[in-house]
Amino acid sequence: MSEWIYVALFIAVGLIIPIGAIAAGFILGPKKPNPIKEATYECGVEPVGEAWIQFKPQYYIFALVFLVFDVEAVFLFPWAVKLGQLGLYAVVEGIIFVSILIIGLVYTWRKGMLEWL
Amino acid sequence: MDWTMWVEWIVKGFVLCLILLTGFAYLTWYERRALARIQVRVGPNRAGYQGLLQPIADAVKLIFKEELTPGHVYKVVFILAPVLTVVPSLVLAAVVPLGTSFNLFGREITLYVADVNVGILYLTSIASIAVYGIVLAGWSSNNKYAMLGGIRSSAQMISYELTLGLSFVTAIILGNSMNMIDIVNEQRGLWFVVIQPVGALIFWIATLAEVNRAPFDMPEAEQELTAGYHAEYSGMKFALFFMAEYQKMIVISMILATLFFGGYLGPFVDQVPLLGPVYLFAKVIILLFGMIWVRATWPRIRYDRLMSFGWKILLPLSLAIAFITATGILLADVLNNQLFFWSIPVVSIIALLVAVAFIYRDLRRKSHGRI
Repeated sequence: MSEWIYVALFIAVGLIIPIGAIAAGFILGPKKPNPIKEATYECGVEPVGEAWIQFKPQYYIFALVFLVFDVEAVFLFPWAVKLGQLGLYAVVEGIIFVSILIIGLVYTWRKGMLEWL
Repeated sequence: MDWTMWVEWIVKGFVLCLILLTGFAYLTWYERRALARIQVRVGPNRAGYQGLLQPIADAVKLIFKEELTPGHVYKVVFILAPVLTVVPSLVLAAVVPLGTSFNLFGREITLYVADVNVGILYLTSIASIAVYGIVLAGWSSNNKYAMLGGIRSSAQMISYELTLGLSFVTAIILGNSMNMIDIVNEQRGLWFVVIQPVGALIFWIATLAEVNRAPFDMPEAEQELTAGYHAEYSGMKFALFFMAEYQKMIVISMILATLFFGGYLGPFVDQVPLLGPVYLFAKVIILLFGMIWVRATWPRIRYDRLMSFGWKILLPLSLAIAFITATGILLADVLNNQLFFWSIPVVSIIALLVAVAFIYRDLRRKSHGRI
């Protein structure tokens, strides 16, 4: 458990660096803002509308498939650690577990959801 | 726990952070020099001997630059995003062992920040946090280019994270543990790259996509997205994104070296523990040169091909590799026959060749269809 205290300490040390860098830039850099400088950068063209737009739902489907497989990977971690003790039975079970998910991947693939349009 | 313990650990944390920061600064110099050499140029060589002071000159310039905060941004998130990107790239290094331990004035000092028993789980979880920084930077900028870059980047990073996770599974199976130090010790006889060369290759390709390096640097494609998610950032905040990318390159090369290339192991490392970091950094420099070489050689790949490659080739291949490794090791164990153990690299390379054949067929068909 005590090892996690060191990790927490390290995170605290790690936080100091970017915050210090931003503070240094804030204090030492010149500040002469004007409306043209503050405009949204769009290669010199006046921006039309906001940038918080609707985007393709495809990203959402990728996120869903990702979620399934990421959870699978997390389940495979303990399986992989204890593989030596569990024996051949565990490998067969692992293959069954993964093949159920692969059926899902094949279904998404066949439905054309992995094609980027 | 006495107070010297705390001092020791804080000093160690600072030293590791400083190593990474200097590493970042000199990696930019190393990359520019190496790229220049490959393109028959000279590269930065004016500031100091062989341009060695160039990173310092760059840092000074960036600190004294005016930092623009455009009027339309979501300010809190805009400032938070670079911090959220940099911190994971630093914190990842906490579980990577640089060596065993050495004696300093009678104190045993270990060459790692934390010896966590679920080290690999820690790596995957921290690596995922970096996606937040990038997507929030893109979203808070209120800029269409930045928005597109941020979304693209997050889609790409989560796609390749799966492959990364499954390559970790391969290393766990071989090392029989999630503890990084145990995995290194398991490689005393044989580096895992010999047993599972394809696993190491897949891991390396996935890391290229994870850190948004060429040929997978779509999120920051200059020609179509100006600069991607950091289009609106300037000065020190821009430098922080740059820093995160390069530090992630270093740390992830350290992880690859630890998982597949024997980490800090090398000749005489047991007698002289301080040689451990030297060996690790030598391996990291070689791996980093590989990344730079790839950038100099390959053009950027198209976004649809990038996603297809991740989902249709790398994901099934990495699953297959994990199960080939598991089956091979168990069969060798149960039947007590080393032949099964040595069939792992052979079968894996056959799987890789099948994947390459699929890519080749697909590319040929697409080019015929289009012309």
